[in-house]
Parts: sequence; structure tokens; C-alpha cells
Amino acid sequence: METLFFLIITLVAIVSALLVVTCKNPINSALALVMTFFCLATYYVMLDAPFMAAVQVMVYAGAIMVLIVFTIMLLNIRVDATKRHSHKVVLGSIIGFFTLVNTAFIIMRSRVAMPNGPLTGEMIRQQGHTELIGREMFTTFLLPFEITSILLLVAIIGAVILAKKKL
Amino acid sequence: MENLNSYLIVSAILFSIGTIGVLTRKNAIVIFMCIELMLNAVNLTFVALSRHLGNLDGQIFVFFVMTVAAAEAAVGLALMIAFYNNKESIDVEDINIMKW
Repeated sequence: METLFFLIITLVAIVSALLVVTCKNPINSALALVMTFFCLATYYVMLDAPFMAAVQVMVYAGAIMVLIVFTIMLLNIRVDATKRHSHKVVLGSIIGFFTLVNTAFIIMRSRVAMPNGPLTGEMIRQQGHTELIGREMFTTFLLPFEITSILLLVAIIGAVILAKKKL
Repeated sequence: MENLNSYLIVSAILFSIGTIGVLTRKNAIVIFMCIELMLNAVNLTFVALSRHLGNLDGQIFVFFVMTVAAAEAAVGLALMIAFYNNKESIDVEDINIMKW
């Protein structure tokens, strides 16, 4: 049952990812990308990471995609049917195919280390995924977490300055 | 829980599709979305391996990747708006002012 569910989600994820690449209209691409993000959130739930799924839906499918759709509508780009929307399709597809073959080869041939960490499914269900993540983030990864705030500040200032009419 | 390899293969497929999109599309916003797709494929690898190894570090890293993606979205889209104001287009083929 779970395998069937996994296969269906995989099918939807791959088809919508292909739609992102092939759709002529950027709005359609954006909607297909939202669909892919939801599929990834489903994978996170299946991997016992509900907090990651929630963040995926809120940050990616919510915030980032709204930003992208706003920009598409703000720029109001006309979809010109006569103009080609892609270039060097054959070369790009060959490179992408070789990327896939290469990574699949590595995945098939390599052996992953056996589980050695403290985290188990039982522990996640008992303590809650969010609490585990929060505990880890505010103790071991406190400094990277604080540096993240500087990164976001730089992004805010950069976006405001770039979007001004006159620099 | 599914086999770890199936998640990794799905992630590899999504990453390759993103690569093809970045290499072949002309519209800068669509290229940007394909980059987001590639970042998400990597996130899936992180979460799957983190769950497999029983170690939370990978999921913390996913959090940081999401932060970087958000910052990138803000700055990248502002750049595109600035470019559109200059050139009335966001095709990457029109970005050639620094081309030798």
C-alpha cells in the first residue's frame, strides 16, 4: 500500500517537474512547481519529518512561490507563440541525461553506512519532530542559526536597493 | 518506510530535470524556478539520508538551504526587475552587455 502511494507521488512529482521545464507560459511553470513542492512535502511526511514538510509548504510553496508569481505578473511578460522559448534543447537534454546516469550509477554502486545515530522512529513519535529539531538547532547549531539572520538582512537590503528606480 | 535508494533515485531524476531546464530555457524566471527545483532535489536527499542514518544534522542543513533559497529568491527577483526596467525583456539571450 505504501509502495503504491510512493509510486503515485513519484509519478506526480516527475510529471510536474517536466511541466516546469516544458510549459511555455511561466505561470503554468510556477503552478507545476508548487505541485512538485507538495509532492516533496509528502515525501518528508513519509520520512518521519513532519516539521520539514510544514516548512516546505509554508516557505517554498507559500512564500517563495508567491514572490515568483508576483514577479511574473508584475513584469507582465507577453507569451509570444512565434518566438522559441528554449534553446540548445538537444545538447541540454544530453547533459541532463548524463547527469542522471552518473548519479544513478553512483547511487546503485555505493553502499550507505549503517544507521549509527541516536534518532529512531519511536523517538520521533514520542518527543515530536519539531522539539528535536529545535533542541538541535539552538544548542549545537546556534552560531550558524545566528549567521542565517545576517544572510536574510543582506538579502532584504539587497532586494530593496536593487528594486529602486534609481540606484 | 520505503527503501533509501528509491528516494535517492527520485531526487536524482528531479535534479536532472532541473539541470535540463536551466540549460535549455530562455526565460530567466523559469531558469530561476528550475534552480529551486534542483535545490529541492538536494533537500530530499538530505532528509532521506538523515532519516536513514538516524542523525538530525541533515535536516538542520535543509533548514539552512531553505534560508539561502529565500534570500536568493529576494535578490534574484529584484535583479530581474532591474534588468526588465532596462531592457524590456527577461530572456537570458538579451543579457549580453558584458559579453566580449
